[in-house]
Amino acid sequence: MSEYRIQGATGEWEVVIGLEVHAQVTSNAKLFSGAATAFGAEPNAQVSLVDAAMPGMLPVPNRECIRQAVRTGMAIEAQINTWSRFDRKNYFYADLPQGYQISQLYHPLVGEGALEIQLDDKDPTSTKTIGIERIHVEQDAGKLMHDQHPTMSYVDLNRSGVALMEIVSRPDMRSPAEAGAYLAKLRQILRYVGSCDGNMDQGSMRADVNVSVRRPGEPFGTRTETKNVNSVRFVMAVVEQEARRQVALIEDGGTVVQETRLYDPDRNETRSMRSKEDAHDYRYFPDPDLLPLVLDEAFLAECRASLPELPDAKRRRYETALGLSAYNAAALTADVETARQFEALLASVATEAGKAEADVAKRVANWLLSERPGILNAKAIPADSPKNSLEANTAIVVATEAGTISGSKAKEIFERHLTGDIDLAAEIDSNKQTTDTGAIEAAVDAVLAANVDKVEQYKAGKEALFGFFVGQTMKAMQGKGNPQAVNQVLKAKLG
Amino acid sequence: MTDLTDLGVAAIRDGVATGAFTATEVATAFNTAVAEANDALNAFIVTTPDAALAAAARVDAMRAAGEPLGKMAGVPIGMKDLFATQGVQTTAASKILEGFTPEYESTVSAKLWDAGAGMLGKLNLDQFAMGSSNETSAFGNVISPWRRPGDTAPLAPGGSSGGSSAAVAARIAPAATGTDTGGSIRQPAAFTGISGIKPTYGRCSRWGVVAFASSLDQAGPMARDVTDCAIMLEAMAGFDPKDSTSLDLPVPEWSAALSSDLRGKKVGIPREYRLDGMDADVARVWDEGIAWLKDAGAEVIDISLPHTKYALPTYYIIAPAEASSNLARYDGVRYGLRDLPQGAGLQDMYAATRAAGFGDEVKRRILIGTYVLSAGFYDAYYTQAQKVRTLIARDFSQAFEQVDVILAPTAPTAAFALGENSDDPLAMYLNDVFSVPASLAGLPAMSVPAGLDRNGLPLGLQVIGRAFDEQGVLDAGLALEQRAAFSARPAKWW
Repeated sequence: MSEYRIQGATGEWEVVIGLEVHAQVTSNAKLFSGAATAFGAEPNAQVSLVDAAMPGMLPVPNRECIRQAVRTGMAIEAQINTWSRFDRKNYFYADLPQGYQISQLYHPLVGEGALEIQLDDKDPTSTKTIGIERIHVEQDAGKLMHDQHPTMSYVDLNRSGVALMEIVSRPDMRSPAEAGAYLAKLRQILRYVGSCDGNMDQGSMRADVNVSVRRPGEPFGTRTETKNVNSVRFVMAVVEQEARRQVALIEDGGTVVQETRLYDPDRNETRSMRSKEDAHDYRYFPDPDLLPLVLDEAFLAECRASLPELPDAKRRRYETALGLSAYNAAALTADVETARQFEALLASVATEAGKAEADVAKRVANWLLSERPGILNAKAIPADSPKNSLEANTAIVVATEAGTISGSKAKEIFERHLTGDIDLAAEIDSNKQTTDTGAIEAAVDAVLAANVDKVEQYKAGKEALFGFFVGQTMKAMQGKGNPQAVNQVLKAKLG
Repeated sequence: MTDLTDLGVAAIRDGVATGAFTATEVATAFNTAVAEANDALNAFIVTTPDAALAAAARVDAMRAAGEPLGKMAGVPIGMKDLFATQGVQTTAASKILEGFTPEYESTVSAKLWDAGAGMLGKLNLDQFAMGSSNETSAFGNVISPWRRPGDTAPLAPGGSSGGSSAAVAARIAPAATGTDTGGSIRQPAAFTGISGIKPTYGRCSRWGVVAFASSLDQAGPMARDVTDCAIMLEAMAGFDPKDSTSLDLPVPEWSAALSSDLRGKKVGIPREYRLDGMDADVARVWDEGIAWLKDAGAEVIDISLPHTKYALPTYYIIAPAEASSNLARYDGVRYGLRDLPQGAGLQDMYAATRAAGFGDEVKRRILIGTYVLSAGFYDAYYTQAQKVRTLIARDFSQAFEQVDVILAPTAPTAAFALGENSDDPLAMYLNDVFSVPASLAGLPAMSVPAGLDRNGLPLGLQVIGRAFDEQGVLDAGLALEQRAAFSARPAKWW
């Protein structure tokens, strides 16, 4: 894999990247209170007494949030710490009712793990392992609203106390592409595990991007941390902008200061938020309201047993057991929803067609990856349309697989099914393709008779015209001619 | 008929149950006593006579209907104003919470109401339970009902549960809740000649109790005698899933099992508690206590708790550290006091609100706690203090391999005059020297009145037990109580 270098005025620079990803844990309730967590509720509609830090309120850990973080740790093959502890991170802010965030500094729930990224789907050698230092769980803060009143700010505590996993990578990434691939891979795994919905535009997942530059081979430079970057594209942009800014700064004789920065996507630049000098002293200490978190073997066993097949394993299985191409296997496993749809349709088609999954996998894959998306896109039909049902897809693919209808007829019928109100089974039935050689011969004879000039051109060597004859014959047979049979008859007649 | 305000928990409960008097009569008698005394004693921050009467009416109606009555049925009590009470102002004796009326009821107070108790009012205390004399209350200090003979100088009722101790000693409440972080039940009980027990950490839920130092705070009863404490503790204790540090253990029937027969029991006398220059009366009462427990059949053994001298400095690192964080929520944003100077930003609002809302002692402890948790000092102070805390707990567990309970004084002196120590925080902190070790170890410990000093003021003895062994503590307390036959009571001057 080619190495990414920033070309400075004084030579080449290497960029070093580490990501701290905050992922909101999928759970109906907050980390330490029973309040709900749904996105988009009215301000302060999902706030318990604990979240508002009323006097005398106490946190009680939500087992489901812990379970999800443990399952996530298992998915990256990380060390699960059966003894961990919550610490308080103390600072004052209006969106932080307790005056501290309950987090895990000293004894995180999940220790060392790793993630394998692949920079090119088609190149199995383009992989790299990115170390993960730890995953800990912590509370999210609330949200300030500055646009509701001319002189006051409002506070929405709906997010206050929602469980986050902070997934901290090693500084193992060396290019914007690696950082982007890492974040995308992490998101993919979280969605597979079901521990985070990965909705970056809703803030369910956001990254703090640590960037430094150095001469290749030299020790790490001073890093900056760009906070709350909320898309893969922006993470890549931050790495590039920040690395270029640092190189320019150093080459101009300046020094990089350790500081927190913000990314402005409109201007595609980072800018300073606060420097280390005025950084908080968070006065971390173990939260005395909570006992250490001790996980027993039964809990761990349940977490392990409930883990789904993960994307890398699934992709390998699609290639080896189902015989799919590397590209199709990667495309089908890229997102857990796609894989889920594929497996559901695959099982349904195999059952209905009375065949092994491996025998129908390619057809199902092609249908899902190229044929059906073409129709949906052309007609601007959303994939979650009720018409785009498992039953309808199964019926179409099974009919194609059985040779009952042709591929082009299948697309045409499915399109009419999506856009109109047809009886799908009857439509398939009435469009059955025929292998009746007599009918095909009659149709071919008529086509050849009507196109004598073209037959002569063909015989004179213009073999590309063969497709024209196929098309004309199919047209004459209203698409019901079996393409192979039509080919055979044509070949024979044209000599 | 006897004066109902002379009766304690058991006597009231039994009298109501048998129909000797009604709960309403009891509540009325105590409401009247509170109204007569409170201007002088300042024991209550708010009184709630209607709540007491309503609870009494419920008990009377239940009795009339033949329904089973709870452990505290018909007993009106004082509620330390650290417990959140739904619809009734809850202040922790701080300006920062003045006017704050919770929409929730603390677990402990709810259990007491469920057991048939009624609320006379919210009792004064040291601000956020930080203090040993009640002088840090933002609502004026509580005056002890006790006076030195021939002297009208106001005395400290102890702290932080000084409203509780004063109210019970003055017979304006038969019992009261207290909370104990480093001695806040035991020291005021000793100062006012009543009994009080801090149970094992985790016995009583902390949910709804304004937090001072979470790893130490523990609620408990304060009452006239050991039996009343046992009954009331049964009503207060119990597992609460809303408190992660709550003990998931059944609540024993301590009062039913009470026994002052200590034959076969071993009592440890910790030599480190015998300080140089110890008050002669305190030493005398301690020796008497040793003799009483021997008389009750116990074997007395000298023991060593070698890390005792580190307990006070350890406590004054851990408790302020936790407090500095626990009190961060009083920021003027959501409830309580908000001081928003003209043109002020968020930081200015925090500073102004907390400067105006917290008293000096609270500020002092927030500053200490913030300091010991700061980067660069954390290991030297907080980490070190946690290690010493472990050693102190180990001292006790090793001692309890040899003995069943430990006997010591509750406080180094009898009650002092108000103002005597208030300019000297260190002298004030020394009040906790005998009570803090058991707090750090999370052990059950109680104070029972044992005698009077040369000035005619009460002195208490402290019994410390194994974790979860409230029974052993109460039994030894009962043995002391029977032999001390403490009958002194403050003359009514209010």
